[in-house]
Amino acid sequence: MKHHFKMPAFASAIVLATALASAPVHAAGGGIEIERQDWSFSGPLGLFDRAQLQRGFQVYKEVCSGCHSINRVRFRNLVEKGGPEFPEEAVKELAAGWDYQIDAGPNDDGELVDDDGEFFTRSPLLSDAIPGPYKNDKQAQAAQNGALPPDLSLITKARNTDYTGPVWFHPIHMLKDIVTAYQEGGADYLYALLTGYSSQAPAYKRDNKGKLLPVKEDDVGSDTVERCATVTHEHDEGKKDVCTPMQEGMNYNAAFAGHQIAMAGPLSDEGVDYKEDASGKPVAPLTTDQYSRDVTAFLAWAADPSHDQRKRMGWLVMLYLLITTVLLYYAKKSIWKRLKKH
Amino acid sequence: MAHHESTYNPQGRWAKWWDERLPVARLMNTQFVEFPTPRNLNYLWTFGGILTFCLVAQLATGIVLAMHYQPSGAEAFDSVDTIRRDVNYGWLISKLHAVGASMFFVAVYIHLFRGLYYGSYKAPREILWILGVFILLAMMATAFMGYALPWGQMSFWAVTVITNLFSSLDSIIPGLGTSIVEWLWGGYAVTGKTLTRFYSLHYLLPFVLTGLVVLHIWALHVVGQSNPTGLEIKTKADAVPMYPYAVSKDAFALFAFLLLFMWFVFFAPDYLGHADNYKPADALVTPSHIVPEWYFLPFYAILRAIPEKLLGVLAMFGSIAVLLFVPWLDRCRTVRSARYRPVYKWFFWLLVFTCMALGYLGAKPAEGVYVFWARIFTAYYFIHFLLVLPILGLIETTKKPPASIAESVLGDVASADPSKAS
Repeated sequence: MKHHFKMPAFASAIVLATALASAPVHAAGGGIEIERQDWSFSGPLGLFDRAQLQRGFQVYKEVCSGCHSINRVRFRNLVEKGGPEFPEEAVKELAAGWDYQIDAGPNDDGELVDDDGEFFTRSPLLSDAIPGPYKNDKQAQAAQNGALPPDLSLITKARNTDYTGPVWFHPIHMLKDIVTAYQEGGADYLYALLTGYSSQAPAYKRDNKGKLLPVKEDDVGSDTVERCATVTHEHDEGKKDVCTPMQEGMNYNAAFAGHQIAMAGPLSDEGVDYKEDASGKPVAPLTTDQYSRDVTAFLAWAADPSHDQRKRMGWLVMLYLLITTVLLYYAKKSIWKRLKKH
Repeated sequence: MAHHESTYNPQGRWAKWWDERLPVARLMNTQFVEFPTPRNLNYLWTFGGILTFCLVAQLATGIVLAMHYQPSGAEAFDSVDTIRRDVNYGWLISKLHAVGASMFFVAVYIHLFRGLYYGSYKAPREILWILGVFILLAMMATAFMGYALPWGQMSFWAVTVITNLFSSLDSIIPGLGTSIVEWLWGGYAVTGKTLTRFYSLHYLLPFVLTGLVVLHIWALHVVGQSNPTGLEIKTKADAVPMYPYAVSKDAFALFAFLLLFMWFVFFAPDYLGHADNYKPADALVTPSHIVPEWYFLPFYAILRAIPEKLLGVLAMFGSIAVLLFVPWLDRCRTVRSARYRPVYKWFFWLLVFTCMALGYLGAKPAEGVYVFWARIFTAYYFIHFLLVLPILGLIETTKKPPASIAESVLGDVASADPSKAS
């Protein structure tokens, strides 16, 4: 009778595979291929690297925090297990000296504002959320030419990458992502964004049919080229390709949807001084690439502070389930053996 | 099966006292211990038990989440984030609930296709099947409203798109659609008011669902389980008592299922969700690509395949409603199981492929070649139920099933040589 239940077993496998395979895996990428990075926290076994989280926090503090808040993270989280695990005293000091104050509410006399009409403020404590540079979105937009720097607490969860391969391979790709527990789409995207800046948009040249053909930077020379953030190809005969040039004040970014981003490239080589080890060398390279990796890892933790605890518990849960499943299988087998063959 | 005599024999005064007043133990013993189950069930029959587990797990995690969740437009998103960050094991409970919804649908779709393959809906199991379709509907409504609760971008826009569908009823009775939409929204736009009423219904519907599940199990225990041969239990040799046989098998299957479930919970908790739902709801920013959760994608593809809004809505709801009539659409009366229907088998797999393809297309933008294929597969979906089932049932030459369930497991008992039939 064995062959009789191959079919349904196959059926269930297919239904399951579809169910899982049809899960959406797209988001912010806008159809742009994003290269996957090798993170310490990749896959079912990956955990955060403390030293990297600490460096990443330094990059956030010295660069990103000028415009972006991470107000879902509290100072105490920086001390807690699974995070950067800074010493508590150091974080207390950090909070006391933080660049941005928080509203203190009314004073002991019940007054809401001081003699200058400003609200009372105080330095944050360990238990406070890490305050960002702006009191509200309006203030941020006023300071940033109308652009709103998003809060970064959930940024690596709120971004993902698009699948850009052939349709037939998509289900296999999804199954592979499930089996390898790929959850780093947001981190991969963020790294690609931080390292995806160019000083100008790519060059194109028109052929005699009006098609725009890419030109390598080295070959541009003195030729007249068109600089296009995006190119729309027209499939109809006789129609010219449309070149969307960069808007004033925007920056070209290879990873960003539409390739025009308001934020200027925030990182540059040697922009952040990492502390030095015993031999007098920085603990990590002072490069845009390294800063991008470190701050991305930090923000991945900020979005998912229970990450390490989750995976550690997951191993125990899987081990328990595996053993129990095997035991139950043999229990079932021995019980069914009792049936007389008649 | 329903007439199966109870052999429950209460031991001791206490048990006897209860048995004379409220024979719960007798009921449990009759229905869940001695209950005869066909001895030839395969692992596809374990999904009933798995689904019961899913329901209980969703209720348990949901009740805990409700203790921490704030159902208001201003606080919902933050409260869900706080559950993940600051509630003890909140990250675990919220993911058990979110992934649990997906696993519930994985199990229910396998359960449903199993029914379609083996003809489990055929007489006398029509009511059992119809209750199942209503369970599916209640699950969908519950899941949809639950997805609204984190109040992220995808929550907000899914609610906007789906509730707006009802406005198409205006083309039947002017004003009807608009009234329904305003009633759903609690105003003239999707706001925190909409969220609050969805929350209330999200808490209510699981109890309706539980009631339907009780009826479903009741109906099952009246007519007895179907099985891969589609034959009824005729002799004692055809059946085994539920405990320990079916129970031990169900327990193993449940734990195997939990391996998959927990893999997602602990190692890929966001895989089945959408990144946009980690952005707070914003009525002024429309996501570039609004998609429902994966388990709604085939229906979403059907909706968008049809250019006229009202017809699209009718087709979407029709794709589930048609299931209600499957017991009468299928005209094949000689056998139940696809095992003995060589042609139907192929159409069944075509339907499976169609549903998968619709799921894939539902996640794609409604443009160009995607719409073309969505129309082809939508057409087949309905052709399968409305034409293939009735016509094939009349013209197909079925194979002869074995004489009994026991024979299907043990071989031809009567004519076999005595050494084999020990």
